[in-house]
Amino acid sequence: MTAQATASSVTVRAGRRFGSLRRIGLHLSIVLILVIWLLPTMGMLVNSFRPAADVSRTGWWTVFSPLASFTLDNYVHVFNQSGLGNAFLNSLFITIPATIIPVTIAAFAAYAFAWMKFPGRNLLFVAVVGLLVVPLQATIVPILNVFRTVGITGSGSGIAQTFPFLSVWLAHTGYGLPFAIYLLRNYMGGLPREVFESASIDGAGAATAFFRLALPMSVPALAALTIFQFLFVWNDLFVAIVYIGAVNGPKLPLTATLANLTNSLGGDWQYLMAAAFISMALPLVVFFAFQRYFVRGITGGAVKG
Amino acid sequence: MDPRIVTAGVAVIGVPAVLIGYILGVEWLLRLAPERRQARIRPWLWILPAILLLGFFLVYPTIATAVRSLQDKTAAANFIGLANYQYFFSSDATLVALRNSFIWLVLLTAFVVGGGILTAVLFDRVRYEPVAKSLLFLPLAISFVGAGVIWKFMFDYQLAGHPQIGTLNGILQGIGQPPAAFLLNPPGNTVWLILVGAWIWTGFAMVILSAALKGISPELLEAARVDGANELQVFRAITLPLLMPTIAVVATTMIITALKAFDVVYVMGNGAFDTDVLALDMYHQLFDFGQPGRAAAVATVLVVLIIPVMILNVRRFQAQEAIR
Repeated sequence: MTAQATASSVTVRAGRRFGSLRRIGLHLSIVLILVIWLLPTMGMLVNSFRPAADVSRTGWWTVFSPLASFTLDNYVHVFNQSGLGNAFLNSLFITIPATIIPVTIAAFAAYAFAWMKFPGRNLLFVAVVGLLVVPLQATIVPILNVFRTVGITGSGSGIAQTFPFLSVWLAHTGYGLPFAIYLLRNYMGGLPREVFESASIDGAGAATAFFRLALPMSVPALAALTIFQFLFVWNDLFVAIVYIGAVNGPKLPLTATLANLTNSLGGDWQYLMAAAFISMALPLVVFFAFQRYFVRGITGGAVKG
Repeated sequence: MDPRIVTAGVAVIGVPAVLIGYILGVEWLLRLAPERRQARIRPWLWILPAILLLGFFLVYPTIATAVRSLQDKTAAANFIGLANYQYFFSSDATLVALRNSFIWLVLLTAFVVGGGILTAVLFDRVRYEPVAKSLLFLPLAISFVGAGVIWKFMFDYQLAGHPQIGTLNGILQGIGQPPAAFLLNPPGNTVWLILVGAWIWTGFAMVILSAALKGISPELLEAARVDGANELQVFRAITLPLLMPTIAVVATTMIITALKAFDVVYVMGNGAFDTDVLALDMYHQLFDFGQPGRAAAVATVLVVLIIPVMILNVRRFQAQEAIR
């Protein structure tokens, strides 16, 4: 009995010692993973602040020596010479409406799908779920034809002069809708039925119930969707170069401008790195400020294509 | 006045006003109709803008693209049967793109699902889990173009004897190895590009799998440990099977992501040195070679490859609805 107890306490102690070794191994592997994950971005950030002569001669890791020098010239250069300031504004002008429009239209549709009865409702919603994965590549040839005929591509005249981004606003709306409707309908469908029933008994119309009840109660889902769509549009390259045209430089957003710079700046890494960081600054701020909502948008829509 | 200021004004004030005005207008018009008809018409008017946009941007063009894939490159679009598909399955360039897309599909899914499970399980055991999670998740917030630029620099290669400024070749130099031309030699270069994709997407898989992991009852795991199972056995017999539905969701999402891979390949060499993939080949056919018919054929192949995933998603959704 005693021997048995001693034996088992020895095993426990050995297990604990082995366990603390394992804890150290666990911490080390996590730190290693995180270092690997951060190293690429670190290199970029460091080089964007180094003089051109240094960047082409020595690796970014040499800045940890006391002789290293830093400069803001690269940022000044890309803002003045490479049109990054203009591209930043373009990105804003594209992203804000291309976020507001789909979220609003999807909220109307989601409310109808969740709280109004009509024939074919389930079938239509299943179709929306199917559309989640349609590749954008499969849609651009016919849509470009229509856009060219109407004259709202990047090279178009007429209305494209006043609203140069109309084509991308509409395209991002169309492409963003399946996910937006899916996410909002699932959330609105989970709201308590009694609230809408008692509002209806009190004589509230559909618009009142939507604006006064459904929308305020869906703020978490709306926030998640807005942030998700904002980052999606801000980071988009494909829609921009297809509907504005990779050749229409002054009308392009940051992503497309940066992609063009990788060709024209080739080995001028310091400028490329500064430009890359400018394109990431806003998403990083949004990400850190609203991380919780962003993650919720991602997990809520794991089936988005 | 800068025309962009007008645009900005329209964008921020005009657009929401029009949209809200639409719903208020609909409700005002409906008041003119008898009450029973109101309830019948109302839902259709509320979903009308969405239906029109979905129809124009997704349904119509997908069908029209399939039709376009049977036509030649001229504006007259004469029907030429399956000639574009014949070209697709006989041209070396498109076959390389097809092969690479399959490599993307297999490896990106494997890397992201594997990495996601590993990190979710590891991070679950430490107190600084939130910090670790957001650092791993960070690449998903930046653009794929930005990620492409960052990694192009990671892979930067100078001839032996010249100073290596790229991070990876710097490391090779540090341990006395000759520099490697990561992005120049097929088919290994495609694998390096896929690793960039995995760098971006692993955080996504980790967040979703981690949420599922937290849903597993701790009592169940503890019971197995009390019965003498070691951590690996607990993982294989309990955790992994319970994670399976979530792994399936992540895997199907990654399959679609891999098939649509475009930005990273476009920025890191534009498909040169046999790194081309279907989505990028389609773009080249359309904009560089003036071949809308062939581009439509590539796009249609993409759609056909994605249809099984679409069916799977719809089935999964219907199963979820059934238990709601």
